[in-house]
Amino acid sequence: MSFTLSINGTPRVVDLPDDVPLLWALRDGLGLTGTKFGCGVAACGACTVLIDGQAVRSCQVPLSGAVGEITTIEGLGQPGALAPLQEAWVRHQVAQCGYCQSGQIMQAAALLAQVPEPTDQDIDDAMQGNLCRCGTYPRIRAAILDAAQMMKAG
Amino acid sequence: MASWKTITRRSFLVLGAAFLGGAAFGVYKVAEVPANPLVPGPDGMPLNPWVIINADGITVIAPRAEMGQGISTTLAALVAEELDVDWDQVRVLHGPPAQAYYNAGFVARMSNEPDFRLSQQPRSHNAILAAVPKIFSMQLTGGSTGAIGGFVQMRLAGAGAREALKAAAARRLGVAPDTLRTESGKVIGAQTFTYAELAAEAADLVPEDVALRDPSTWRYVGKSMPRLDMVAKSTGTETFGIDIVLPGMKFATVRMNPRRGGAMTSFDPAAALALPGVEQVVGLGNGIAVIASNTWTAIQAAQLVDVQWGEADYPADTAAMLTRIEAAFATEPDSRLRDEGDVEAELAKGDVIEAEYRIPFLAHASMEPLNATAWVKADGSVEVWCGNQAPIMTRDAIAGALRIGSDRVTLHTPVMGGGFGGRTDPVPAVLAARVAAAMPDTPVKLTYSREEDMGQDFYRPAAIARLSGRVENGKATALWGRTAAPSATRSALTRLIGFAPPGPDRATVEGGFDQPYGLPHYRYDGHVADLTVPLGFWRSVGNSMNAFFLESFIDELAHAAKADPLAFRLELMRDTHAPSARLLETVREMSGWDGLKRPGFGRGVAFCYSFGTPVAQVVEVEQTPGGIRMTRAWIACDPGLAMDPSIVEAQMTGGMVFGLSAAVQEEITFADQAVVQQNFPDHDALRMHATPRFEVRVLQNNGSFGHIGGVGEPGTPPAAPALANALFDLTGTRARELPLNKTFAFVT
Ligand code: FES
Ligand code: FES
Repeated sequence: MSFTLSINGTPRVVDLPDDVPLLWALRDGLGLTGTKFGCGVAACGACTVLIDGQAVRSCQVPLSGAVGEITTIEGLGQPGALAPLQEAWVRHQVAQCGYCQSGQIMQAAALLAQVPEPTDQDIDDAMQGNLCRCGTYPRIRAAILDAAQMMKAG
Repeated sequence: MASWKTITRRSFLVLGAAFLGGAAFGVYKVAEVPANPLVPGPDGMPLNPWVIINADGITVIAPRAEMGQGISTTLAALVAEELDVDWDQVRVLHGPPAQAYYNAGFVARMSNEPDFRLSQQPRSHNAILAAVPKIFSMQLTGGSTGAIGGFVQMRLAGAGAREALKAAAARRLGVAPDTLRTESGKVIGAQTFTYAELAAEAADLVPEDVALRDPSTWRYVGKSMPRLDMVAKSTGTETFGIDIVLPGMKFATVRMNPRRGGAMTSFDPAAALALPGVEQVVGLGNGIAVIASNTWTAIQAAQLVDVQWGEADYPADTAAMLTRIEAAFATEPDSRLRDEGDVEAELAKGDVIEAEYRIPFLAHASMEPLNATAWVKADGSVEVWCGNQAPIMTRDAIAGALRIGSDRVTLHTPVMGGGFGGRTDPVPAVLAARVAAAMPDTPVKLTYSREEDMGQDFYRPAAIARLSGRVENGKATALWGRTAAPSATRSALTRLIGFAPPGPDRATVEGGFDQPYGLPHYRYDGHVADLTVPLGFWRSVGNSMNAFFLESFIDELAHAAKADPLAFRLELMRDTHAPSARLLETVREMSGWDGLKRPGFGRGVAFCYSFGTPVAQVVEVEQTPGGIRMTRAWIACDPGLAMDPSIVEAQMTGGMVFGLSAAVQEEITFADQAVVQQNFPDHDALRMHATPRFEVRVLQNNGSFGHIGGVGEPGTPPAAPALANALFDLTGTRARELPLNKTFAFVT
């Protein structure tokens, strides 16, 4: 079946069975590979994207239900034009293998959009669905707090 | 996608000096240049395996694979240091499978002497490098050897290139090369030339001798450099193996016999083929693959194939396996790599303290599930993309499976989304090639489901240890450790190279026999259990097992001696290995050890010397209404020369999180010969809210100059015992079995 999705501000057409999750439509159908597959059962957060500003696990959203404005890591910022959150990620040298980081960053983006000055508790609550096997959590926390400061200062 | 292949097509290559031979530290004579694996192109002269210079900048071909440990950045810094280029001019790529990229660091890992003793001997690069038998084909990433192996190689590559570029400029100007200097990718004399301008001419001008820079002048090595992969990994633009996109690509998954090693008796693909999007079901002898229009459909369809599985040749469940492991105690020890004093006579004096510990099988569970992409071309050759730790072996295994020559296999090693030792086996690459052969001329990306990744892993062995010891007047006088486990090394090497080299199995006892404890009577035995569960190297290998046994037991001895566990260790280490003792003093100071003990809190300390790097850790735990919480952790390590302190800190923290994750809640168990755990909900790792706050200190006293300890693994071994010791301190209960959530309730 053919679906038209709104991704990073652009309508994109994908032709796949309607029960295929958004994750695989992005990765296999559209070649948007920044969004990662980790578990397929909503247990790791690697596949996190924003739909209308809400962080969702794209492995759990069937194509037929993917309505709204979808933002993936590719839409947040690019290598030459980093979003403030990504700048903080680079400043704090967060990534190790980096595989979980797209999901971590999208989850953090949703957090900061809702809670511009998060406490440690807010960060714990928002981020605990995002697994990092490399154990980058201390630097993720530091980067989120730093980004919040930078965004506040404008 | 940039790769070594496309780059060489439009580049001039500059020869880095060869790396064999040499005598005095600092000056190396050029000897033999290994065959250059980079492919010649119409406008480039392929000479050098390590440095490519073209108009885009400097590309360093890293011989080690990047799994997150930062090795590509560290190796590039070594080249850049000698080459005089600015950091933003440097890029890095992983090289193709080739003899030139063998890992010199592994040779240093082939001794049965305790590391802490070797590190005190005078250092001879010559001995290490010249002794490398290249027949090993050791282009391996593992054993925390990347930085050690590259320390001389990569600087020589940079220095050789620099001197060749100077020689080219000197020839143009008609002056002597030593009248010129280099800076920011330029040769400066009466006239200034960029490296790119000189590269083609420089390719002919291999220097005879290269002097390496004095370490006091280093700008990059020993400094925290911005990682070269950081922007890509923060923008979703890094290309992991799972992200390979090729024209007309199809998507596949596998479902292999969960009774590992067993055959497949029959399969019926009808239900799978009926699913929209499914293109083919491929029988693989011991499993099936489904090829579809997308990965998800392939994964769904694989479950619909009706398969009859044959049996494995190991016991049915974990309990029966542990019985098999226990039986190994009754066999002759496979190794006794430490036997000092007279343990038996000392223990015969009585008042012996004894304990038995048990630890489970563990999975690697990297965030990026196993995968590989293969493309069988019309002419029968194959191109494969697979994140792997052993390119030469992987290439040859693919060739063997397709019955073609190795020269018809092109293997790319993309960046890996974690490895932890779990990407040494060529299985995913071989399966992808076989599946692609069923659909010639079509690229096929094969991705394991998480369930398949977990059930088809090569596991850290389960193990049992029995320790006996004796204390007198507040001091330990004797320790006899015995570890029984199936051998990960023999299991892996038999699979990988067809046989297990003879000799004692170091991995069964490492972390136990080789620690710098100056006990008057110290013996450590390994008993290898007869169990064919497929095993592999898991971050820190045997150290992850024996550090838990030894460091828990030392704690028990300290308690019996009514001594402070940290002071008790210090006492045993002070005269044996000063840099290690210093680490214990450092974590004591960092953590405020003496003040940590207070109602509602527990503190634990542990130590392990592994891969050339001693590490001491302290963990603090708190009893909260919601369960036990790890609040803070302190790490002091001493790799000798710390090549990149920021990366060392990240690896130490990450390694400890990895060890704590396993200690708290990870285990792989078997039922009906199959792994029970399927996905993260039943083999989870620590999450952010459950992870303690860290403080890390990196000391640089270990070994003589040029000693470079590993950093990817040594953070893991002390984690489990430090936590278990803290829990004992908090609750008075001694956990002798992992995972610890069998005994304690943690915050969830
Ligand atoms: S892949 Fe979606 S949460 Fe893990
Ligand atoms: S950086 Fe490797 S999983 Fe998070």
